[in-house]
Amino acid sequence: MDQEYPSEIMLSAKDLSCCRDDRDLFVNLNFDIVGGEVVQIVGSNGSGKTTLLRILCGLMDDYSGDIEWCREPMNQCGELYRAQLIHIGHNAGINPILTAEENLQWLLDIHGQGGADNRQIAEALARVGLSGYEGVETHRLSAGQKRRVSLARLYIEGAPIWILDEPFTAIDKEGVRELENLIFQHANRGGIVILTTHHSLQETASRLKRITLDDLSGFHEASVDDDGV
Amino acid sequence: MGEDNQPLSLSRAFFSTLKRELKIANRQRSQLVNPLFFFIMVVSLFPLAVSPEPSILRTIAPGVIWIAALLSTMMAADALFKHDFEDGTLEQLLLSPQPLFLLVIAKVVSHWLTTGLLLTLLSPLLAAMLFMDTNHLSALVLSLLLGTPVLCFVNAIGAALTVGLRKGGILITLITLPLHIPVLIFGTGCVQASVYSQPYQGQLAILGALLVLAIVLAPFAIGASLRISVSG
Repeated sequence: MDQEYPSEIMLSAKDLSCCRDDRDLFVNLNFDIVGGEVVQIVGSNGSGKTTLLRILCGLMDDYSGDIEWCREPMNQCGELYRAQLIHIGHNAGINPILTAEENLQWLLDIHGQGGADNRQIAEALARVGLSGYEGVETHRLSAGQKRRVSLARLYIEGAPIWILDEPFTAIDKEGVRELENLIFQHANRGGIVILTTHHSLQETASRLKRITLDDLSGFHEASVDDDGV
Repeated sequence: MGEDNQPLSLSRAFFSTLKRELKIANRQRSQLVNPLFFFIMVVSLFPLAVSPEPSILRTIAPGVIWIAALLSTMMAADALFKHDFEDGTLEQLLLSPQPLFLLVIAKVVSHWLTTGLLLTLLSPLLAAMLFMDTNHLSALVLSLLLGTPVLCFVNAIGAALTVGLRKGGILITLITLPLHIPVLIFGTGCVQASVYSQPYQGQLAILGALLVLAIVLAPFAIGASLRISVSG
């Protein structure tokens, strides 16, 4: 787990704009995120946080502007980029009929990280406080426990970029603290974490960066006026 | 890390997806039994509605069995990607560094194993019920064995295109039915030829060609459709 990521990893956006239903979610967003940074995307409900994360994952191409991964256009990096990425969205790909262990095994298998064995999976589940629940079908778990199953991936996979959409939802206080530690540990190792949360992160270090979407959004007509000012 | 054992992780991704789908199907028996039950029901209604006369049933048997098989695979297609869309599995599929067409093939193969193959295995029973001569069973089973996977691939295109819609059921039918017609024509043609004691290898060969075409092209169409549905 102590591996260091190459220091030159960088995710940058240039003039990123996204418009949905005649409403600008954000206009001309520019940022560079380098290894070792934790980026919190802030904004009110409906301000486009999830949309931005999905765009950064490559799940949505309904935007204008450029996204570059290590100075290459992200769209051209394809599977190289996806191999570096863990995305945990609102729904994290946990099938309710399968057990926690089976769900994790499949997620690790298709993400191509060579050889996550049962022991590693059991360990990761223990780390998120689910030891003893490995063989329980996930529909029997509570909302917080389901969330923990999807977060267990973070303990196993060695991908440098984590894109987490509301990772703290339904997690108890103790769990939130552990997850926060995990996130900042990942940054210390040189990884990138991009997350949305309404929870205020404890860490005050300079590694925490905020992108606020509220000022960038607005109805289509209004934003044209803003540009003129 | 992944690059050292690329072939290994390719096959691992494929078989892991296949295993996962079969496990899910096995734990949702009702979904498994539904299309089979429909298949048996449609075929068994014909003697009641048309005529119990063996000579009539014998003539319509190939068409009836094929149409029932087509309808039951279509019925099963609706759920193919729906749950995966809802629980975020599709997003994870799209984010996998493994080629999407491979994972899609795994999904469709498991879908075929749990619908098309079971229908094919049931068909001799229904053929006997419709007084079909046992000499023609091989033509029936072989044509279904080659034809139903094509139906599954085509259904998967429709399912992938409509998965993001609230009510996609009827659209799948409209999109895929024209593509099913050739399979139906050559499938029933194959069995009819056997019934008239003509060679039916030609029709089988065409079904085989359609299957190859479906395996080669459909996964890309399914993958592209899934990307559109998820990004919507």
